[in-house]
Amino acid sequence: MTSTRTALRAGLALTGLALLAACSGPGAQDTTGDTTAAPAPTGDLRVAVVTHGTPGDAFWNVVKNGATDAGEQLGVTVDYNSDGDPGRQSTLIDNAVSQEVGGIVVSMANPDALRTSIENAVKAGIPVITINSGSDKSAAFGALAHVGQEESVAGEQAGRKLRETGRTKLLCVIHEAGNVGLNQRCDGARAGFGGTVTNLQVDINNPTDVESRIKGALQTDPSVDAVLALNPQVAVSSVSAVKGASAKAAVATFDLNADVTAAIKAGDVLFAVDQQQYEQGYLPVVMLKLYRDNANTVGGGKPVLTGPGFVDESNVDKVAEYAARGTR
Amino acid sequence: MTSAPVAAPADERVGSARLLDRLVLRPEIGALLGAVLVFAFFSVATERFLSAGGVATWLDDASTLGIMAVAVALLMIGGEFDLSAGVMTASTALVTAVLATRLGWNVWLALLVSLAFALGVGALNGWLVLRTGLPSFIVTLGTFLALQGLNLGVTRLVTGTVQVSGMRSAEGYSSAGFVFASTFTLGGTGFHVSIVWWVLCAILAAVVLLRTRFGNWIFAVGGSPLSSRAVGVPVVRTKVLLFMTTAGAAWLVGSINILRFTSVQANQGIGLEFQFIIAAVIGGCLLTGGFGSAVGAAIGALIFGMARQGIVYANWNSDWFQLFLGVMLLAAVLVNNALRRRAERVRR
Repeated sequence: MTSTRTALRAGLALTGLALLAACSGPGAQDTTGDTTAAPAPTGDLRVAVVTHGTPGDAFWNVVKNGATDAGEQLGVTVDYNSDGDPGRQSTLIDNAVSQEVGGIVVSMANPDALRTSIENAVKAGIPVITINSGSDKSAAFGALAHVGQEESVAGEQAGRKLRETGRTKLLCVIHEAGNVGLNQRCDGARAGFGGTVTNLQVDINNPTDVESRIKGALQTDPSVDAVLALNPQVAVSSVSAVKGASAKAAVATFDLNADVTAAIKAGDVLFAVDQQQYEQGYLPVVMLKLYRDNANTVGGGKPVLTGPGFVDESNVDKVAEYAARGTR
Repeated sequence: MTSAPVAAPADERVGSARLLDRLVLRPEIGALLGAVLVFAFFSVATERFLSAGGVATWLDDASTLGIMAVAVALLMIGGEFDLSAGVMTASTALVTAVLATRLGWNVWLALLVSLAFALGVGALNGWLVLRTGLPSFIVTLGTFLALQGLNLGVTRLVTGTVQVSGMRSAEGYSSAGFVFASTFTLGGTGFHVSIVWWVLCAILAAVVLLRTRFGNWIFAVGGSPLSSRAVGVPVVRTKVLLFMTTAGAAWLVGSINILRFTSVQANQGIGLEFQFIIAAVIGGCLLTGGFGSAVGAAIGALIFGMARQGIVYANWNSDWFQLFLGVMLLAAVLVNNALRRRAERVRR
């Protein structure tokens, strides 16, 4: 059993080293010794896209398609990685920094958790562009620009549009427990709608549960005449739930997929708030290339908005075709 | 063991065989081989993996998982499971964050209270398991679901949203952060202090397991609770302490996370409990208890971290990541199994 003793010694030595080593406070930057400047504006550009989407999520798949399409068209190498856990997302950013990529694109569902990693990337001379959420913190962390949709604005527009159709009681379905943006959408909808708005929490990873909970909510309160889904999968479940509960509620949703466009055509879904997330993948790659080759910035310090756009019966046919190929 | 027909000096041959057998008998040897393989593979596949920044990144990834894996390994050697360990990392962080940011408590005090909370839940887990005689798998599954609901419910009740942030401005943040979430510089590269915690936890657990009476008790209650009770091992006390250990480790990880990321989401930590168990199993723990190693579990976590970040360094398509992970885990466990069979043969 000498191994334990050796391990103990090694551990003590390591701790000693740690104590002797220059300690820095929490959230301090990693002082990476090899501070390489940003690569010269020639040759390959490599962009790391790090999002908080779970693998297999339809929405983020479109973002990924946007980024990889832009990469192919512009001759930029794009690496896409995602992790819903903010801690592991920040590790992925650290990883990209140590790979000395030419640019990083980050979605900030939880800005505070990513702050240190993003600031380290900026310090290492890597341009960062934030996408999708976290626009208010983007500039403070030193990002070049933010590409996304203002959630509260989009929610407010959706609420107003529903009110214009004469609805009075709205059910807002939140499908991810840890996502602040979804809460902002519902709060926005509350402001724009004016009537009664109740939030319902469901678990996106369990479609059966989503449908039955919405159904239950509609059966409990038959006076609910509008359901706002914040995700296309939830929208489809909402439509089934409305039919199952034989309720009269109208369904509106955020974001698109082929099912939603079909439902809009069929008249089951009133409209979809489209944040055109393909652009959230595509534009940052373009912006990073422009920044590297021509020192251009986009947005003038304000977020570059990709939404809200609305898809309803008037324009659904064109959009449907694009949604089917995974770019809308 | 080839039986060489040539009459070489007999004692030498026997000696080497004994050393090999002794090695094979160690539960962590499979994990060690796996770690060497994964390390070699990614070192060859991508040069960034071995750069100082790269090493810091995958050690960082492995560290919090490793702290938990070590504690879970002790519990599994003691013959029990804790499925609430993953969510507990978020619960403790939420308790700390709510007390510090909403009630304006000093961070240290908030940390103490959340430690008490964690130990309380751990003790409750242990007490329920021993009192009811139900499998710990079921009992802690209940705790897991209850905590998950509490996390979301309480967070939304207190903050009106689903994450608690603003730790940075809490009183005592800098000193607490220094202990749990600072970085130290070695050779010009920043390493997170969580790596030190991980190493300390692994050493402490290994020493307790192999050098103390309590360690013997852990093996005994995991191997055969009835016989150990018969020879006077305090089964209840041992198991309750083990449940409190995993909860305490979850508190440590939760504290590291909340101080480092300064915010916590209500849905954090779900699903991690299986990663802890997997890391412990790679490290040589048996699902049936009574066999395993704390150092092995730490190495199991290291394999996890190396693979997770190595795949990114190798620029593989992340779509295939989980598949690779699953295949790798199966391979590691199969190797463990083969080695253990060998070990049992050697024992006979």
